[in-house]
Amino acid sequence: MAEEFVHLAVAGTEGQDLEINMGPQHPSTHGVMRFVVKLKGEVVESVQPHCGYIHRGIEKMCESLSYPQIIHLTDRMDYLSAHINNEAVCLAVEKALNIEVSDRIKYIRTIIAELNRIASHLLWWSSMCMDMGAVTPYFYAFRDREKILDIFEETTGGRLLYSYNCPGGLMNDIHPNFQKRVKEFIPYFRKSFKEYDELVTGNVIFQNRTMGIGLLTREQAIAYGVTGPAGRGSGFACDVRKRAPYSAYDKVQFNEILYNEGDSFARYKVRMDEMLESLKIIEQLIDNIPEGSYVEKMKAVIKLPEGEYFQQVETARGELVVHIISDGNKTPYRVKFRSPCLSTLSVMDLISRNQKIADLIAIGGSLDLVIPDIDR
Amino acid sequence: MQGVLYDFTGLIQSIDAVFRASMSDLWATVLEYAIIGIIYLVIYALIGLFLVYAERKVCAFIQVRLGPNRVGPKGFFQTIADFIKLLLKENIKIKNADGVLFNLAPFIVIVASFLTFGTVPFAKGLQGIDLNIGVFFIMAVSSMGVVGILLGGWSSNSKYSLIGAMRSGAQIVSYELSVGLSLVTMVILTGTMQLSQIIELQSDGWFIFKGHIPALISLIIMMIAGTAEINRGPFDLAEAESELTAGYHTEYSGIKFAFFYLSEYMNMFVVSALVATVFFGGWMPLHIGSWQAFNHIMDFIPPIIWFILKSFALMYVIMLFKWTFPRLRIDQLLKLEWQYLLPISLFNVLLMAFVVYMKWYF
Repeated sequence: MAEEFVHLAVAGTEGQDLEINMGPQHPSTHGVMRFVVKLKGEVVESVQPHCGYIHRGIEKMCESLSYPQIIHLTDRMDYLSAHINNEAVCLAVEKALNIEVSDRIKYIRTIIAELNRIASHLLWWSSMCMDMGAVTPYFYAFRDREKILDIFEETTGGRLLYSYNCPGGLMNDIHPNFQKRVKEFIPYFRKSFKEYDELVTGNVIFQNRTMGIGLLTREQAIAYGVTGPAGRGSGFACDVRKRAPYSAYDKVQFNEILYNEGDSFARYKVRMDEMLESLKIIEQLIDNIPEGSYVEKMKAVIKLPEGEYFQQVETARGELVVHIISDGNKTPYRVKFRSPCLSTLSVMDLISRNQKIADLIAIGGSLDLVIPDIDR
Repeated sequence: MQGVLYDFTGLIQSIDAVFRASMSDLWATVLEYAIIGIIYLVIYALIGLFLVYAERKVCAFIQVRLGPNRVGPKGFFQTIADFIKLLLKENIKIKNADGVLFNLAPFIVIVASFLTFGTVPFAKGLQGIDLNIGVFFIMAVSSMGVVGILLGGWSSNSKYSLIGAMRSGAQIVSYELSVGLSLVTMVILTGTMQLSQIIELQSDGWFIFKGHIPALISLIIMMIAGTAEINRGPFDLAEAESELTAGYHTEYSGIKFAFFYLSEYMNMFVVSALVATVFFGGWMPLHIGSWQAFNHIMDFIPPIIWFILKSFALMYVIMLFKWTFPRLRIDQLLKLEWQYLLPISLFNVLLMAFVVYMKWYF
C-alpha cells in the first residue's frame, strides 16, 4: 500500500526514473562527495558515486617530500584517524631502515592509536545517528570525544591532526598528566557507553531501520576488499592488529569483533564493541609504559635503501596499506596508499539497490566513509 | 470563584455591550471581529516565538548544552532576533517555479494552522470560535494544511521538495484517520463536540480518569498520531534534513519560510491544547469527586494557568519525542498507522461505545 502510493505519486510519468544529485553539498555525505541516485519513487535503483572533489594529489606530493615531511600529509587523508595513518608511514620507514623501536615508543603509539580509534568511532556514531534523524547522540558523543581530544592536545599539541609520530619514534614525550588522565577517562567512558546503548542501540526504531538493511555477504566483502568494521560486520576476519600485529598489539589481549549478519546493524555493533575492546587494550598498556627514550637515534637526512617497502595497519575504517618505492634518494620514488574508504565506497551501489532513500543514508552512515580518504 | 481572572464571560459581554451601545449592530460586529482577529494574530505570533525559544532550551537541556544565552536575559530575545533576520531576508525567486502556487503554499499552511488556533479554549469565555461541532471543525481545517505542503513541494521545482511533499501527503492523510478516530472515541464519552461543553463536563474529573482504559488508549494514539500529523520528529519525514536537505520547504526563504516554521510550532501548540482540552480538562482545575476542600484549593489557581500548564507539559512530551528518537522510514511509518494504530483505534471506538452503553465510566 505504502510503496504503491508513493511510487505512483512521485514517478508521475510511467517508466521514468527520478534522478537526484546527492551532494557535493548535502548534509549526509559528510564532505564533498556526490552520489547520482536513480529513484523509482522512494526506492533506489542505482547509486553512482562521483569522487574527486577534494582530490589533493597527496601521493604525487609525497614524491617531492622527505619522509618526515610525508607524515604531515598522511594526517590529512583519513583525518579522523590521523595518528594511525602516520604510524603506517613510520613503520614502513623503520622497516626499511631495519630499526627496532623501543617498547616505550610502541606502547605509546598503541595507546594513542586506540584512543584515536575511540574518538573516530565516537564521531562515526554521532554522525550515523544524525543521518537517521536522532540529533541528541551527536552531542553526547562530541562531549566525550572532547575529553580524548583534550588528552591529545596536552601530549601531542594537536586536536585533530597530531603529527605525533615521526620515523624512529615520537615527536616528543608524553605529558606528565597523560597516564592519569587516560586512567580517568576509561571508567568515565564505560559509564557513558551504557548511556549510548540505552539511547540508541536498544531503540526499536533504530533496530528496525538498520536490521536486514544493506546486506553485504562475506564473499562480496572479500571480493570488493571491504575491510575494517564494515568487513567484520559481514564476518570477514580482517583485523590487521590480529593478522599481522605491529607496534604493541602482539603484547595485549583483545578480541576481534566479528558479526555474520552483514547488515547495517552488524556494522554498527562491530564499531560499538570495538570501542570497548580499545578500552581493554589501553587498560593493559597504560600502567606498563616502560622507561626510556621516546625516539630512536636517526640520521639527520633519512634515505631509504633502494627497494619496495610495504606496511599495513588497521585504521578506524579498515586496512590502510602504505607502499613505498625508493630509489635511494631522500624522497620516495613513488608512494601508494591503499585507503580503506575507497574500497568500502565501491559496495555502496551493490548494497543499497532496492532500498529506500532513507536506507541509503543509513547505509552510508554505517559504512563510515571519510571523503578525503577516498580522494586523497 | 469570582473575579475576572476566573471567568472571562462577564468581561467580554460588557465590552460587547459598550460597542453595541455606541454604534450600529453591524459595525459593532465588524469591529469586534477585526479586534479579535488582530489580538489572535499577535498572540499567535508571540506563542510561536516563545515555542521556538522553549524548544531550543528543551533541546539544549536534553543535549547537555546551554542553548541560546546571549541575546537578552537567558537568550530570551534570540528568536525575536532570528525572526527579524528572516523578515529582512531576500525572497529568492526560483527558476521555473510555479510562481502563484509557490507563493500561495505558505499562506494555506498558516491559514489552516491559524483557524485551528482560533478554536483553542484558553479559559472560561476566552475562546475565539466555539462551534457546536468544534472537534469536527478542528479536524476539517487542520487537514487543509496538507494542501499547502503539497503545493509548496510541487511548485518549487526541486526534486527534494517533491519527495518531501509526497511523503508528507501520504503521512498526513493516513494519520488523520487515527487522530479522528481517537477524538471520536472521546466524543462518544462526552456526547458533545463543542469544546466549551467538553470542558464543563469535566468539572468533576477529567475524562482521562472518567473514561479509564479506552480513554488511555485513545490518549496514547492521539499523542502518536498527533505528532505525526504535525510533521515532527520522529515522524519528520517530510523535512528529513539528512535525506532531503529540508523537504518541502527546501526552496523557501525569508518570510515564507518563517510561515512554514511558525505554523509547525503552532500546530504543535494546537495539538497539545486539543489533547489537554479533551483528555485533561482544558482550563478546568483538577477536581476529585467529593473532596470539597481539595477542589476548593484547586479552584484558587486561575483557569488560564491550568490551561497553560497542561498544554506546555504535553508540548514538553512532544519535544522529548523529537529529541530522543531516530526518524522512521516511510514504509514503517505507514505500516505503523495502517497495521497498528488504525485497527487499535477502531477497536477502541467499539470498546468505548460498549463502556458508555454499560455505564462503566465514572
